[in-house]
Order: sequence, then structure tokens, then C-alpha cells
Amino acid sequence: MQEFLQNLLNGVAVGAIYALIALGYTMVYGILKLINFAHGDIFMLGSFTGFYAGGWAAAHLNGRAGTWMSWLVAGAVMLLAMTVCGLFGYLNERIAYRPLRHAPRIASLITAIGVSFFLEYGGQFVFGPDPKFFPTLVKKHLIRVDGIVTTNYQVLVLIVAVIFMAILQFIIYGTKFGRAMRAVSFNFETASLMGVPTDRIISMTFIIGSVLAAVAGILYGLSYPKIDPLMGILPGLKAFIAAVLGGIGNVPGAVVGGLVIGIIESFVGASQFSSFRDAIAFVILIVILLFRPSGLFGKYEPEKV
Amino acid sequence: MPLLQTDAVTIRFGGLTAVSEFTLSMEPHELVGLIGPNGAGKTTIFNMLTGVYKPSEGEIQIAGTPTRHLKTPQIAALGVARTFQNIRLFKELNVLDNVKIGGHMHNRYSVATAFLHTAHFGQREEAAEREALDLLKIFDLHARAHDLARNLSYGDQRRLEIARALAARPKLLLLDEPAAGLNTGETIELMEKIHEIRDRFGLAILLIEHNMELVMGICERILVLNFGRTIAEGTADEVRGNPVVIEAYLGEPAEAAAL
Amino acid sequence: MKQLPWWIRDAISAAIFVSALIGLSYGLEAIPIQGIAYYNRIIVLMGINITLAVSLNIINGHAGQFSLGHAGFMAIGAYFAAFLTVDYFSPWVNRIPEGPAQWLAQNGLLLLAVLSGGTLAAIAGFIVGQPSLRLRGDYLAIVTLGFGEIIRVVILNIDTVGAARGFIGIPAWSNFFWVYFFCGLTIALSWRLVNSSVGRAFLSVREDEIAAEAMGVDTTKYKVEAFVIGSFLAGVAGGLFAHYTPAYLNPTMFTFIRSFEIMAMVVLGGLGSISGAVVAAIILTFLPEGLRAAKDMLHMSKDPRMVIYSVMLVVLMLTRPQGLFGRREIWQLLRRKKS
Repeated sequence: MQEFLQNLLNGVAVGAIYALIALGYTMVYGILKLINFAHGDIFMLGSFTGFYAGGWAAAHLNGRAGTWMSWLVAGAVMLLAMTVCGLFGYLNERIAYRPLRHAPRIASLITAIGVSFFLEYGGQFVFGPDPKFFPTLVKKHLIRVDGIVTTNYQVLVLIVAVIFMAILQFIIYGTKFGRAMRAVSFNFETASLMGVPTDRIISMTFIIGSVLAAVAGILYGLSYPKIDPLMGILPGLKAFIAAVLGGIGNVPGAVVGGLVIGIIESFVGASQFSSFRDAIAFVILIVILLFRPSGLFGKYEPEKV
Repeated sequence: MPLLQTDAVTIRFGGLTAVSEFTLSMEPHELVGLIGPNGAGKTTIFNMLTGVYKPSEGEIQIAGTPTRHLKTPQIAALGVARTFQNIRLFKELNVLDNVKIGGHMHNRYSVATAFLHTAHFGQREEAAEREALDLLKIFDLHARAHDLARNLSYGDQRRLEIARALAARPKLLLLDEPAAGLNTGETIELMEKIHEIRDRFGLAILLIEHNMELVMGICERILVLNFGRTIAEGTADEVRGNPVVIEAYLGEPAEAAAL
Repeated sequence: MKQLPWWIRDAISAAIFVSALIGLSYGLEAIPIQGIAYYNRIIVLMGINITLAVSLNIINGHAGQFSLGHAGFMAIGAYFAAFLTVDYFSPWVNRIPEGPAQWLAQNGLLLLAVLSGGTLAAIAGFIVGQPSLRLRGDYLAIVTLGFGEIIRVVILNIDTVGAARGFIGIPAWSNFFWVYFFCGLTIALSWRLVNSSVGRAFLSVREDEIAAEAMGVDTTKYKVEAFVIGSFLAGVAGGLFAHYTPAYLNPTMFTFIRSFEIMAMVVLGGLGSISGAVVAAIILTFLPEGLRAAKDMLHMSKDPRMVIYSVMLVVLMLTRPQGLFGRREIWQLLRRKKS
């Protein structure tokens, strides 16, 4: 039972990170019907921003920081990462996707892949391909409850993730802006005819998604300190699969999807099939797309003839 | 045995009943019109006849063969061809290829034959080309055989779609708003063409139209739909004076006036 | 020429083609330039890339199905063919004394191995083609990507073919002749197909599936057929690659990046254009070599190839998404310029 709960907890912790990334995919797809392949690499940029900023801060503080000071620094680093990623997300849409909005699907698909590779290999070029170690922004403690071991990092991940998801939920359902976002995702043309500033909404959607990815990047860096420029590929793909699992375009679905994938991965990783842990997400993808392509919470939209 | 037989065909999409108890029987060579206000379910009926949608209730039979469990290409093989409300040509292909694909069922062969360029290949290709050009001549499009479909004028595109459908050698031709966007002169030409192809190819034709001159002018029998139900059926004169029909169209002054 | 029976015409074309290849293969080796072996190697790899690009063009360009897992088919062909030669054919051939008999056996068995690899790849193509029946565009792309990765991970776990260590000991039986023989065959097949009822069916599926079905085109059959043909040819290319010096295989050669490179060739050439795929494959085979030279000259420590590739692709999509030739062939574009 202990082991079960331990695996469950681990799964939820990593699933929360997937969920944060998945939200970005699902929102962009909901509005533009585009799979933003580069999103996983924005997540990577978040981690690297944290690495450089955190490293700079650590060097300047020289170990003099008390607990609340280090929390402050951590917060600042996260804010910086959010800003950097938000900027990249905005630029990505503006430069690479907006001009192709009316072009055939495959052009956007290829561009998205191109941007993704550009960030990955550009990252290798700029940061160097070797893995780096994410700075310990906050000291790690082990927490033992009932025989289950967790770290304050895992608790932090859960709390931060929940906070940001709650904020997102509020934005989408409780603000005028959120209503505009939903309108654009239902019907782009009608929304723009109704006076919704679609370009601005789309930019904001990308920014919000990138901000969440940045948060995920920082949390991931803390939990799994070895980072490298290609680190966004696998989590990005898994987060995308999570979004599809939940019903792509569906915001709560992305969260559920992320948690489900995280949990399944955790259990598979602990079992005898552990070498297939990374492949299990693909298997889930193929199964969903073949049997329930609209995902858990999505609706099937037939093509009008 | 009638060529087309539908019995109380009904289709629901979620909570909406788009077509309700549609019953129609058509003999070979008949020219039947299907009219009704927008959203009455006419194209949905075409989609059911061609297997794009499956009816929630009721039976459809083409020349005695039930089509409920058949896929679109299989129904096409039974002799049903159609044009589309929003023109679905193969835009990046040329005019000739569009028609050749229409005749695919009758001029196809294996990959091996295609690779080796056997004698069979030569015969089939020559036949496909000849038949396609003959059909294009009927519509005066043969001069534009090598132009891209998307470069044709709107009226030419509509006619090309009909030529393509004829290439499939159908027994039943479904025309979805063939006169949409055509001016008076073009509409009269179309009416003559429809008669011509019906007689020349021995077709039964079921057409959807909003253009009352065309419908009243050529259809031997007309069905009127409103909100998915057949509200009237009869000859042009019978339908024209029918108060139920006029009321259904009261929201559409141009058509009501034309009745 | 047209009056002769079809099989004589085909036989004559084949004979001319084979003679030209034999001539070229001897000629290229005999050129008295220093380092000719290096250039020969690039030319042979170019032939493999052309085969891969043209085969992917059948799936993506003609049938309009987004396939991002082409490297997976190449891998299957490569590994299976190599497995057959290393475990069965090579030991047998080595027992034959040197001479024409051995030469015949070697080439015949290479052919058998490569075609078997292609067949296994075709079976994989059949399986991967199934999702295409229900999925479109982006979704299909992701699933085929997933399949490509799954294939690679599976191979990574098969010990008999070296798993992560790599597969060594493959006899280097492949050469200029065989690579370009199949390259020519691939181009001929693709060209003859697209100008036939099969090709027109592919194109109709690409253009408008619903209209195609209304015309009686069995879209299911043709989608799967495109995958099977494209994957078979990719598998053949893989088998030829496996047996070409240095005749070494490693799963890292068949990642998504390889699929992306092949796709880049097809997109650069113009989706649907056979000549486009050929020209683009030639350009993109020489480009990395040029970049490598530039990198050495500029004393860069890292290889900027992927960065340049990706920027090039994005810029291409933003400025000329139809690629070099669009959907047309190069001679059609030249003809239009003349008139």
C-alpha cells in the first residue's frame, strides 16, 4: 500500500508539471487548431533562464541568504523565467505563425517543427550541449509521512501548480478577456466580426501558455536538476499527449490528462517494464486516437459536407 | 423495381431531427426536384443517399440494394453520382484529370500494370482520355482540358462538376444547386443541358434548387421540404398553388413571388 | 518505338538504364582526382537520399498523408536486410571460392536481403497506414512520428542486432550501381504511378477525400497503398544503406531528426513534385558537407547544421511554402516560361 501511495504521489508530482505544459498546448490548439511543436522548448528555456538567473543570484549572494531570502530569490527567478518565456512565446506566434494563419495546414506544421529545432539546436549552440545542473534555489528537505517519503520540492510543485491552474481558471471563466478567449476558440470569424480583437487574444493565449511552461520549467529544474537544451522534447511530447488525452482544446482536460500520464508513467517506471516508460505515452496516444480521438472530455466535430 | 426507394428515412444529430420520415420513390429517367427553404434538410438527404451520413431510421435502396451499411464508394458503384452545394472539384488538378477521376471506377488497374505500362494500361488510359474529352465537349470545356480546375470561372466550375459526375456513368444523378450563382442566360443553358444529358445517358436526376424557374421549368415531379419534413409533393402546377408551400416560403419573398 | 509490345519497350529502357549505370559506376571510380572515394561516397549517399525523398513524396506529396516517421521504415529495411546477410547470407557466400559464382551469389543475396527488408518495411507501412484512415493532418503527423519512435525503441531493445551498441560486421556489398538502380526504379515507379489511374486516385484523396469517395474512389485502399509503396521503397533504401561502407547501423541514425531531414527534402522540392524531391535531395545532401567545410574553415566547435536547417525551413515556409517547384515538375515550369 505504501509503495502504491508513493508511486501515486510521484506520479502526481510529475503529472502536475506535464499538466502545466499541456495547458499551453491545449489553449493554442483550441484557438488556432495548431499543434505548437515549439512549446516544449519554451519549457526548456524556462529551465535555462532559471539556471542562469539562479546561478547569478547564488554567486552574488555567496551563501549568505537566509530561508526567506532564498524564497524571495526563487520567486524572482521564476518571475524572470515567466517574462522571458512569455516574450519568446509572443515572438514565436508573431513571427512564425501569424503570417501562415491562412496557409495550408502543413506549412504551419513544418514551421512549428522548424522553430522547435531552432530552439533546441540553437540552445545547444548557445548554451553548449552538455547537461547543466540547476541551482538549488531553495534547500531541499525530506518529508516523511507514514512511511512515504517526499521532498519539499514535490509539495512545492503541487502547491505552485494548483495556484497557477486556479489563476488560469479564473482568467478563463471569470474575466472579460477569458470570455473573449473562449469566443475565439468556438468560432474565430464570428468572434472577430463581433469586435473581439482576435490578434491580441491569440498573442495573450501564447503568452499565458508560455508563462505556465516557464513555471513548469523552474519546477522541473528543481525536481530533476540535470538540464540540457534537448530536455523539452520528451516532456513536450508527453504534455501534448496529455492534452489530447483530456480532449484537446479542453482546459480541465489538459490537467486531468497530465496527471493521468504522470501517474501511469510512475507506475510503469516502478514495474518490470521500466525501460518502456518513455514509450508508454506514445502507446496511450495511439490508443486514444484510434478509439476516442476527441479525448476524455472533448466533443467529436464531424466535417460539414 | 424503382431505381431509388427511400422509406421513412429519418436522421437526428444530437437533439436535432434534421430529416424526418422522408419517403421518395424514383423510376429510371425521372427528373425530380427537391425544394425548400434553407436548412430544410435537402443536402442532408443527398448525404444520406450517398452514404456520407447514416440514417437514424428508415431504409434506402438503390435498384433494390439496401445501402444502409455501404460506404460512399460502394454506393457510387451502384450507379449514384453527385455534385456538391459548395463545389468540390480537385482544385490543383487540371480539368481533364478531374473528369478522368470521375470515371475512376471504370478505368482503373493495378500498381503493377501502371508501373510496367502494359498493353492493358495503354488501352485503359486511351479510353479514359477519350471518354473524358467526350464529356467535356458536351459542356464546351474541352478547350480548357489542361487548365487547372481552380482557374476556371464559377459557371465553368459548376459545369465541370457535372461532367465529372457523368464520367462515373451513373444511373441516378444528384445535382445540388447546379444553378447557384448562374445568371439567367446560363440558367437557361443549364436547363437545356440537363434535359440533354438525361435523354442522352438515360439518367434519373434528382436535383436540389432554389431557382424556381429552373425547377418549375424542367422537373416532372417536385418535393417540398420544410424543417426536415416533406410538406408537399406533385407536379409544378400542383406545388405552385399549394398554400402550405407558399406559407413555408413566406420568409423568402423572391422565391415566394416566383412560385 | 510505340509500336513494339510493352514488355520489349520496358526491357529496352531497362537495358539502357543498366548499361548507363554500369558505365557511370566504373567511370566515377576511375576519375584521377585525389580523394575521389570521398566524393563517390557522397554521391552514393545522395542516391539513397533521393530514393527516400521520392518515396516519402508518394505518401506526403501525392496522397497528401502527413507521415513523419519515414526513418522508421528505413530502419526496418536496414536492420532486417543486415540481419539476413550477417546471420545467413554472408557466411554462405564466404564459403564459395572467389570467382563469378561468388560474385553472382553475393549480388543475388544482397538483392534478396534488400527486397526482404523492403517487404518487412511495407508491412510496417501497412500498419502505420491504418490510422490514416481515421485521422487527418496534425494528428496523423503525430501518430506517424510516434510509430517512428516506437520502431526505433523496439530496435534499440533487440540484442541480436546490436541494440544500443550498434550493428557491426555487415558485409559491404552495396555500391553505386545498386543504389542508383533502385533510385532509378523508385523515380520511374513514382512517375508512372502518378500518371496513371492509381496516381490520380492518390491525388484525388489529397485534394478532396469526400469528393473522391463520391466518385467511387476507395480512399481507404489508396491511402494504405501509398503508405505501403512509400515504406517499401524506404525499406529498400535502408537495406542498401546498411550494406554500404562503413556498413554500420545504430538506432541513433533513425531518429525523428532523420525523418525530419527527409521531409525537409520533400517540402523544399515542393510537395507532390518528383523532380522537386530529387533536386532538393541533391541540394540537402551536399549542404551538410558544405557546412562541415565552412565549420572547419571558421573554426567553429559545434555543428550548425540543424540550426541552419531549421531556420531555412521556417524562412521557406514564410516566403515560399510551395517549395522550389510547387506541385509541378521542373519541365512543366520551364515549358510555361517558354510560352
